[in-house]
Amino acid sequence: MGQVLTLKRRQNLIGWLFIVPASVLIFIFYFYPIVRAALLSFQTGVGVNLQYAGLFNYQRLLADNVLKTSITNVFIFLIIQVPVMLTLALILASLLNDPNLKFRGFFRTALFLPCATSLVSYAIVFRSLFALDGLVNFVLTSLNIVERPINWIGNPWTARALIIIALTWRWTGYNMVFYLAGLQNIDRSIYEAALIDGASGFTRFTRITVPLLKPIILLTSIMSTNGTLQLFDETMNLTNGGPANATLSVSVYLPAVLPVFTKVRLCRGHLLCDLCHGGCTLFHPNEGG
Amino acid sequence: MIRRRLANVFKYVFLFAAALLSIFPLLWMAVSATNSSVDVVTGRLLPGTYLLENFRKLAETHNIGLAMWNSFRNALAATAASLVVCSIAGYGFEIYYDKGKDFLMRILLLSMMIPFAAIMIPLFMMVGKMGLLNTTTAFVLPTVSTAFLIFLFRQSARYFPPDIIEAARLEGMSELGIFFRMYVPIMRSTYVTAGIITFMNAWNSYLWPLIIMQSKDSIVMPLLISNLIAGYVTDYGMVMLGVTLSVLPTVIIFLLLQNSFAEGILSSMR
Repeated sequence: MGQVLTLKRRQNLIGWLFIVPASVLIFIFYFYPIVRAALLSFQTGVGVNLQYAGLFNYQRLLADNVLKTSITNVFIFLIIQVPVMLTLALILASLLNDPNLKFRGFFRTALFLPCATSLVSYAIVFRSLFALDGLVNFVLTSLNIVERPINWIGNPWTARALIIIALTWRWTGYNMVFYLAGLQNIDRSIYEAALIDGASGFTRFTRITVPLLKPIILLTSIMSTNGTLQLFDETMNLTNGGPANATLSVSVYLPAVLPVFTKVRLCRGHLLCDLCHGGCTLFHPNEGG
Repeated sequence: MIRRRLANVFKYVFLFAAALLSIFPLLWMAVSATNSSVDVVTGRLLPGTYLLENFRKLAETHNIGLAMWNSFRNALAATAASLVVCSIAGYGFEIYYDKGKDFLMRILLLSMMIPFAAIMIPLFMMVGKMGLLNTTTAFVLPTVSTAFLIFLFRQSARYFPPDIIEAARLEGMSELGIFFRMYVPIMRSTYVTAGIITFMNAWNSYLWPLIIMQSKDSIVMPLLISNLIAGYVTDYGMVMLGVTLSVLPTVIIFLLLQNSFAEGILSSMR
């Protein structure tokens, strides 16, 4: 009996040894920095000469109009882009779920392919496609749809539209995969019964597909919201936050505040981080559980 | 009947249009890499003969070979380190399960809520203090251990038959031996999935290298292609060649291992 116990204890100890390296690394590279960021948000100074300043940074941030603009922008992207993308992904997934569909593999690969491109790369491809002298304007003017080339990244709303188009292109297929997996768990006989009862495609979509996929729709909404709140690579490389901050996102504003770390006041940036973090936690009530 | 056929036609038209829109920017990118800047702008959609010329210009103005090599080295190091550290942890959490470890796992999962932008500056300060700026170590360190990968391996260890472990123990195999000689070979597909995800993330990583890779010698692909459009006059043929080269590795991996890739995304929601 005693020997069994020591053996168990030995195994338990080995178990801890297996998990310690990974756990320590997460504590050092995630939890310590976030605590550090929170503490720094109450300090002010240049470089390493930091002093406690109470709520000074918070007051400054509240008065910061550019920050307000960047938060507004992120919410504009959020409100328009996420619903459009998720609806599109859901429609595509339910069309692809038909086992009699021809070219199913091709459609799936094609729609999923954008996920393989890096964020910087596709941002630059889109920037070139939608440049003033780019292909999209060339086609639009050749077909006489518009008189003069549209300055996509020069006007606030076209720039925002461009970001939304680009985001939708990159992420629709990604979300579609989640829905496809969810649809595979729905019993086909439910659809067959509905078909016999004479339900139209639209009715089957709204009455069967959407309600049964609710948990996955929630999951993708949370993920997309989180992704949009942290938007960086696209706004940085597609529009560089412009024109006149119309597409500036919070994560782009942050490095803009801190172009050279040693020269600029550190803490303002930190508070920005915390704010961004607060935003994410707000929209992340269930994660990690 | 006619209505149904019409709906069917509409369905295929819609799907083909969506598929075309998905592929077109990538196709255009690849084709443009072989065309001159003027041809790219005027909408030439056929492959041209400017590939070598574009490559020569790209190689002259940017150190593409170095950036490719740095990206490969960083991504491979990140992938190898993550797989070892996270898989052994995931295995440990599941096979030697107890309440204390379960509690720790819950805490680790909280780290998934922390956006990178929030910890970027303290991380930068830490890495700077350690004198690791511009190094692969600095690139790798913050992402060696991720709750996501630990979770992935813990889930897969759940399907690892306990009989094998018992039998191996009776044979006198050490616990570490069981992990390396039993678990690793059997769970090869999980390693492939985790490896693809980690490699792609590391290859595409932009914000972190943007901060820490400050010397010319440590440049990586996302930084290089981001620089390509920085000038006032853009040579589109050259830019598109650069972008194509940066996308090529991940697209090839994607096409070869498409199913594992989709599985990898899905395993995060199980």
